[in-house]
This record gives sequence, structure tokens and C-alpha cells, in this order.
Amino acid sequence: MAAKFENSIVRWIDHRLPIFTFMHHELHEYPTPKNLNYWWNFGSLAGIALVIMLISGITLAMHYTPHVDYAFDSVERIMRDVNYGWLIRYIHMNGASFFFIVVYIHIFRGLYFGSYKAPRELLWMLGVVIMLLMMATAFMGYVLPWGQMSFWGATVITNLFSAIPVVGESIVTWLWGGFAVDNPTLNRFFSLHYLLPFVIIGVVVLHLVALHRFGSNNPLGVDIKSAKDQIPFHPYYTVKDAFGLGVFLIVFSAVVFFAPNFFGEPDNYIPANPLVTPAHIVPEWYFLPFYAILRSIPDKLGGVLFMFGSIAVLFILPWLDRSPVRSGQFRPIFKIFFWILVVDVVALTYFGGKPAEGWYVIGSRFATAYYFIHFLLVLPLLSIFETPRQLPKSISEPVLGGGAGLAGAATAPRENDR
Amino acid sequence: MADTHQGETRRDFLYIATAAVGAVGAASAVWPFVDQMNPAADVLALASIEFDTATVTEGMAVTVKWRGKPVFVRHRTPDEIEKARAVPLADLPDPAADATRALKPEQLIVVGVCTHLGCVPLGQKPSDPRGDYGGWFCPCHGSHYDTAGRIRKGPAPKNLVVPDYQYVSDTVVRIG
Ligand code: HEM
Ligand code: FES
Repeated sequence: MAAKFENSIVRWIDHRLPIFTFMHHELHEYPTPKNLNYWWNFGSLAGIALVIMLISGITLAMHYTPHVDYAFDSVERIMRDVNYGWLIRYIHMNGASFFFIVVYIHIFRGLYFGSYKAPRELLWMLGVVIMLLMMATAFMGYVLPWGQMSFWGATVITNLFSAIPVVGESIVTWLWGGFAVDNPTLNRFFSLHYLLPFVIIGVVVLHLVALHRFGSNNPLGVDIKSAKDQIPFHPYYTVKDAFGLGVFLIVFSAVVFFAPNFFGEPDNYIPANPLVTPAHIVPEWYFLPFYAILRSIPDKLGGVLFMFGSIAVLFILPWLDRSPVRSGQFRPIFKIFFWILVVDVVALTYFGGKPAEGWYVIGSRFATAYYFIHFLLVLPLLSIFETPRQLPKSISEPVLGGGAGLAGAATAPRENDR
Repeated sequence: MADTHQGETRRDFLYIATAAVGAVGAASAVWPFVDQMNPAADVLALASIEFDTATVTEGMAVTVKWRGKPVFVRHRTPDEIEKARAVPLADLPDPAADATRALKPEQLIVVGVCTHLGCVPLGQKPSDPRGDYGGWFCPCHGSHYDTAGRIRKGPAPKNLVVPDYQYVSDTVVRIG
């Protein structure tokens, strides 16, 4: 069990605190399917994005003042006076967008390859919890610079809770700590914005514990059957992840240095004014699909319920899609509907960013309807009526050709490590 | 491939080159996060002040704030200057002639931060104790400074620091 380490200091420590055994176990012995493609890079990328957010966020907090009279100016001071403050702020601002891009890809990877299915239901649900926490964190972070969009975004989103019958108004007053979004609101948002990322770390740890219980799913969606189907995580996937990270950092740096306000709203460079609402207020792009769902329902409470419902269906997804076949590659009809869902979510994003009038409203109603139909009708029905294609017997079979995959796995020499 | 196992291989080169580029990249990414803790541009912009010494009459002392720290401006009496000049340099823990301590002998300008562990010594107000040598007395751990701001007794190792300053007119000094 305990690995042999050559370095005697490492051995001394490991005997008392088996941290090296743990790392060896989770990184080297940890069996990983040998056929993971680049869509499997996005989990580790999400982890790195989280670290980037933490480091840039903690440094920003060294210069930021959470007070309505100083918040905006302290952010401008970061941009102009603090050494490299502009860089650190742009990293944090765009880091949030990239974090969501990475996590959304990570989620759609799971949707396509059926990674939410048994035995990975809890792994999936923890992922949804992480997504909710990320949204709460991003929302409160956006309030901190105390620009016009900060203020009115905070006002609109907190007012969602006023839709709750009877207690709604009191809940909103409680959230605000007053009768409008004001200094108490800003103070508590700063406190929580600092706290939640550490809660996310905790849930990510649980996410990884659940992942390592059964290991990664893979593009074929069939379980590892023999040693031939797997390779050690290190060095094979550490190198693949490192390469993916390099590509990610190039794209990320390109935006940070050359288009840092690409994802931003110019109105947020106007200091908050509680007496004037900007003509067209939109949330950050990563909230747009949910915002579109909210606006497409012509009823206050209904809109809020459908918006939260769009995330609730993700929670129960493992029980909506009952097909025993995981990977979409072997589900000809599912595959078509999967891509319709992708287009649908992109459409929701588009409508969410447009004014709520005319044709846009009609469009977003259709898109909202399809979103729910997909999860609540299409997936359950497909589980019954779809005939999946023949699954390979093992991960190795499609590579090595018919039948040869299973027996005699032990005789195959492993690829050379160096 | 047998030959790749002898001596250095191209793969070794790639390993080292990759690690080296990665290390340079990491180091240059770390620097902004270190440098952001250094004084910011607006802090540096406040790094010098001007002060009119004509407002300080003989025997009087005034404390001004410079870079967040107190600066003592004391208009010394002829008696105090005389006392400072009379001390043999050999008697001083941190020898410095009185002439090197002030551009104009009457106006002594020193940073009011004890060179032991940073407390502000007493002696600016007439009611303050001025220590055994008539200059300043640091109550924190008992350092005595003389009328030229030089350490004479106690744990402080150095004289009170004379900041960089110059007279921009007859009476106005720019500190910093
Ligand atoms: C802070 C955000 C997140 C981090 C740091 C994170 C991290 C990871 C990592 C490192 C992996 C293994 C590598 C991989 O399979 O790509 C993974 C797998 C997984 N994650 Fe996440 N994740 C995050 C958010 C989410 C979200 C929001 C969901 C779903 C709603 C999710 C669902 C999954 C699933 C189902 C797997 C297993 C995939 C498979 O084996 O096929 N994760 N996660
Ligand atoms: S700080 Fe002045 S004597 Fe210690």
C-alpha cells in the first residue's frame, strides 16, 4: 500500500503524515481511462480559474474600501495608482467570465457524455451546488465597484425575493439592511463575496472525493474493465492538462491585455446613483440565459420560480434521463436534441441581452419553453423509446478491433514511462 | 528505441526548455502581485511637504506630518546649540558633529521616530520630559536624545534621522 520513497526525509514525514502516500495514490495509482479527450481538461481548468480568482481577489481586497462614499474611488485608485492594480483588476474581472466559460463547457461535457449518471449522481449535484455558489459570488462581486450597473443589478436581483408571497418584502428589507440598496448592503456583500469562494473550495474538495470514488467517466461512457483500459494520471494527464492550461492562459491573457472591457458594461464606470436608473440594464453575460427565462414569464412570482426551476431541473437530471447508456455518441436521437439544447441556451443568452420588447419576447418564450421541454419531456421519453447503438465491450476494443479487447489484458506491456 | 536511452535526448531538452519557460512565466506573473504592496503612485505623490520655519519662534517646537510620520522642527536657543557643540564626539554612541545635524543651526529638523523600535519620543511640548540631555526622551524603553537629536543613553542605536530637506526660500523648507 504505502509507496516506497527514496528520499529519507520524505519517508520520515510520510510515516507520520502520509501526505506523500496520499498524493502518490491520487495522482499516480489513480486509474484514469486512457481515452479522455480535451473536453476532460475543463475540470482542472476550473480549479485553476478558482485559484486565479482567489489570488487576484485577495490582492484587490488589500486596496478596496467597502463604503458607498469610497468604493468607486478606491476602485479607480486601483486602476490608476496602485502598482499593477489595473492588471490585477482586469485579471479578476475577466477571470470571472473565463471561469464561467470553463465551467459551462465542463457542464455541457457532462450533459453530452452522461457523466451525471450512476454512480456519479452526487458528483454532478455537487457540481450544481458549485455553480449556484459561483453565481452568488459573481453577483455580489459585481456590486462592489459601486457603479451604476452594480447598484441597479443589486436592486433588481435582490427584488426577485419580493416575489415570494407574504414574507417577500420583509426578506428584501432584511437582505438590504435598510429600505434600499445602501451602505449596509455593500458591507455585507463584501463580507460574503470574500467568504463564498472558500465555501466553493470546500465543495470542490467534496466534488473531487466523489470523483475519485469511481474515477472519470470517458467519451465512450463504458466503465474501465481491465488494466489495459487505463493509464496513470501522472504523467499522462498532468501533461495534457498542462498543455490545455497553456492554451487557456494565452486566450485569457489576450483578452486581459488587449480587450479588458470586452465582457464589461460601460455604465459601470459611472458612479452609482440611487435616483436614476440607466436606460438599458443587463446583467453580466453569464447570467443572461437565466435572466431571459425570468423575463419571458409575464408574472412576477412565475418568472422567479421558472428561473430557479431551470437550475432545479439540473439537480434532478440523473433521474430524468433514465437511459442506461451514458455517452451521447451511442444515442443517435439524444445527440440531435443535445445540440438543440446548446442552440437553445445560446438563444436564451442572446435574448437575455436584448430589450424586453416585441419579437425578442416571443423568441425568449419559445426558448424558455424548449429548455424545460428538453429536460422534463424529451429526456424521459428518449430513455424509453430511443434505441442506442451497440456499445463497445471495453475502452480498448474500438482501438484494438473486434473482441480482442478483453482477455489477456495483463500481457500487454504498458507504454514506457519516459 | 535503444539509442534514445543514451545520454541526453531531445525529450530531455524539451523537458528542461518547458520547465524553464514555465518558471520564467510564473515569476513574471508573481511580480505584479508582490509589487502591488509597494507604495502606490498617490502615496508617492505625497512624499514631500513644504513648511515655513518662521512660524516656529525661539525655544518652540512644532511637529509636522511627513510620509505618515512626525517630523520635529525645533527652534533651538543659543544655549541648546552651545550644549550640543560642547560634547566631545567620543562620548557619543553614534558620533555626529552638531554642524552636520542642521542646515541652519537654529532650526533642527529630525524625524520624530525613535531609532529603537519606532515610538515617538517626548519633548515637543513644554510640559514633556526631555530626558537627561535636554532633547527628547522616549518613554517606550527609555532612550535619551540630546539637543541635536543624538542618542546619548538607552537602547536606541542611532541618532534621530535628519530627513533630506532644503530651503526653498529664507524660511520655507521642503522636506523629502
Ligand atoms: C469551481 C468549479 C468546478 C471545479 C473546480 C470542478 C472540478 C472538477 C474536476 C477537476 C473534475 C475532473 C476532471 C474532468 O472530468 O474534467 C471534475 C469532474 C466533474 N465535474 Fe466538476 N468542477 C466544477 C464545477 C462543476 C459543475 C458546475 C458541474 C455540473 C453542474 C460539475 C460536474 C462535474 C462532473 C459530472 C464531473 C465528472 C465528469 C466525468 O468524469 O466525466 N463540475 N470537476
Ligand atoms: S522605541 Fe524608543 S526606546 Fe524603544
